[in-house]
Amino acid sequence: MADVLQLEGLCKNFGGLVVASDVTFGLAPGDRTALIGPNGAGKTTLVNLISGALHPSSGDITLDGRSLVRLSMPARVQAGVVRTFQLNRLFRDQTVGDNVRIAVLQQKRQSLRLWQSRADRIAVEAAVDHVLGALHLEAREGRLVRTLAYGEQRLLEIALALALEPRVLLLDEPAAGVPRGESGVIMDVIASLPPSLAVLLIEHDMDLVFRFARRIVVLASGAILTIGTPDEVAADDRVKQLYFGRDGHVSQSSQIS
Amino acid sequence: MAAVGLENATAAARPQRPAIPFLPEVMLAALGIGAFFAFPNDLAFLARILITGLFVLSLSLVLGQAGIPTLGHSASMGTGAYAAGLFAIHVSQDPLAGLLAGGLAGGVIAVVTGALLLRTAHLTFVMLTIAVAQILYEIANQAAWLTGGDNGLSGISVDPILGVFGFDLYSRTSYLYALAVLMVSYFILRTIVDSPFGLTSRGIHSDPERMRALGCNTYRHLLIVFTIGGLFAGLAGALSAQVAQVVGLASLSFGTSGDALVMLIVGGSARLPGALVGTVVFMIVEHVAATVNPYHWLFIIGGLLIVTVLVLPGGLISVVDWVSARMPWRTFGRGARHG
Ligand SMILES: Nc1ncnc2c1ncn2[C@@H]1O[C@H](COP(=O)(O)OP(=O)(O)OP(=O)(O)O)[C@@H](O)[C@H]1O
Ligand SMILES: [Mg+2]
Repeated sequence: MADVLQLEGLCKNFGGLVVASDVTFGLAPGDRTALIGPNGAGKTTLVNLISGALHPSSGDITLDGRSLVRLSMPARVQAGVVRTFQLNRLFRDQTVGDNVRIAVLQQKRQSLRLWQSRADRIAVEAAVDHVLGALHLEAREGRLVRTLAYGEQRLLEIALALALEPRVLLLDEPAAGVPRGESGVIMDVIASLPPSLAVLLIEHDMDLVFRFARRIVVLASGAILTIGTPDEVAADDRVKQLYFGRDGHVSQSSQIS
Repeated sequence: MAAVGLENATAAARPQRPAIPFLPEVMLAALGIGAFFAFPNDLAFLARILITGLFVLSLSLVLGQAGIPTLGHSASMGTGAYAAGLFAIHVSQDPLAGLLAGGLAGGVIAVVTGALLLRTAHLTFVMLTIAVAQILYEIANQAAWLTGGDNGLSGISVDPILGVFGFDLYSRTSYLYALAVLMVSYFILRTIVDSPFGLTSRGIHSDPERMRALGCNTYRHLLIVFTIGGLFAGLAGALSAQVAQVVGLASLSFGTSGDALVMLIVGGSARLPGALVGTVVFMIVEHVAATVNPYHWLFIIGGLLIVTVLVLPGGLISVVDWVSARMPWRTFGRGARHG
């Protein structure tokens, strides 16, 4: 299928530090692509460039062939490109339900309403319940976010993104910091994402990456080292060098980050 | 320790409409009418409390809900006061039309200055809000031919309300008029706080960048909040012009903004009723302490502020919440739990 999101020769540097260097690849509807690379490779930077938190030094980002680089962050979200955060960015002093409700109101373009009709209210609540259900958080609806277990907060981070009904979803280490035994719930959620959604997953845990991805983009020092199927990437000597050469063990980096 | 207990009291389930519609407004009316009969000789002072309460309520929307750190909220109040005063002198003595004029003027000042200022944030924004209020103060001071300068704008008189209730010497009408305007305003503000707009405002308050990553045009949203806040501040200014029949430069002063901020923090900024509790406590303390010792009442206000900030970060309203959570009926202001 034709790509929805296309990165075209994307470059970014912070002063002398090159964090994105000629990055070119695309995402098509239904894609399950993993973005991997050592700490500091520039993975989060790439998400920041796509979402509009950072502006590229050069290069282009297009959605359905239309350039996004001049669009503001909210405009890109409204166009369907949604990200999650590596470090939780939640409304900690509000309830789980209100967190999702805030996102649903954005999706339904009702956040400026000073008054809600009964029908609108029911539709919003149905959407909130639907998202909470999909993430196994329905029992937590009334809880303040800061009282949630860490793993549940990671789920809520994904919930906020899904409530926006994105076309392209950028997941920045959704299982970061979650003990290995508990990351299964998060991966199950990711495995059951809508089939037509284009998903880019950043993840250090290779087991999770190989379970999820049909394609892997390997990033090193801001540049694409290789793009291929999981089997191709696993067999690539340069990738082995990148991981085994540095850390001596593949999954060790998942403990570091 | 106390703080922990208070937090638990408010960590309840999702917001719910109060079981009885208009409950907060009915309670407001009951308290207001009670005070009317209990203190018939202090109605002028009580009317000032109600008007200031409306001003602080409008600040509660802007600062408490949306987190807009303005220290120049008097700009809208003063503009509203002068607008209503000039309206009564030059255009029409109808009080309700005058209110409308004051509210509109306050809203217009807010939308015009907000459009510029809300492009900035943090300390820059705070400084600019002070600057705007100072500039308006100086304009009112210089344009003495229009505003009366530092003598104030006098000669304001208004017709009986709805053609029936004339203003009397004992401020009875003024007081009940202010109470009625406050009740209607409270209902509107409470509806806003409980609406999708209000929830989104609190989201922006906690993390504006996160809201942008959810697709929210935070600038536009905050500008609307700022404008609504300015409108109600202008309304308060108009009320004070009609009731006091004079508008002073003080209505535009930095002190007016600062006092309102203290009242809001003392009462509690997270929920609307906090604004009213803070106003009542501040103004009564000021009134009583100033009679006892005209030079040292600021010590008491300062002490009150320090104690609330350190011991009751949620403001005095959190005490009310704490008590009402332990009462069998558990009703006070539930609808505006967040606001
Ligand atoms: N705002 C910034 N200013 C300067 N340097 C930055 C900035 N943001 C990131 N960097 C640097 O850019 C490089 C890439 O960072 P980035 O966060 O994209 O890495 P990453 O691949 O996501 O790493 P990790 O796996 O640890 O999350 C790092 O060296 C980082 O220190
Ligand atoms: Mg990262």
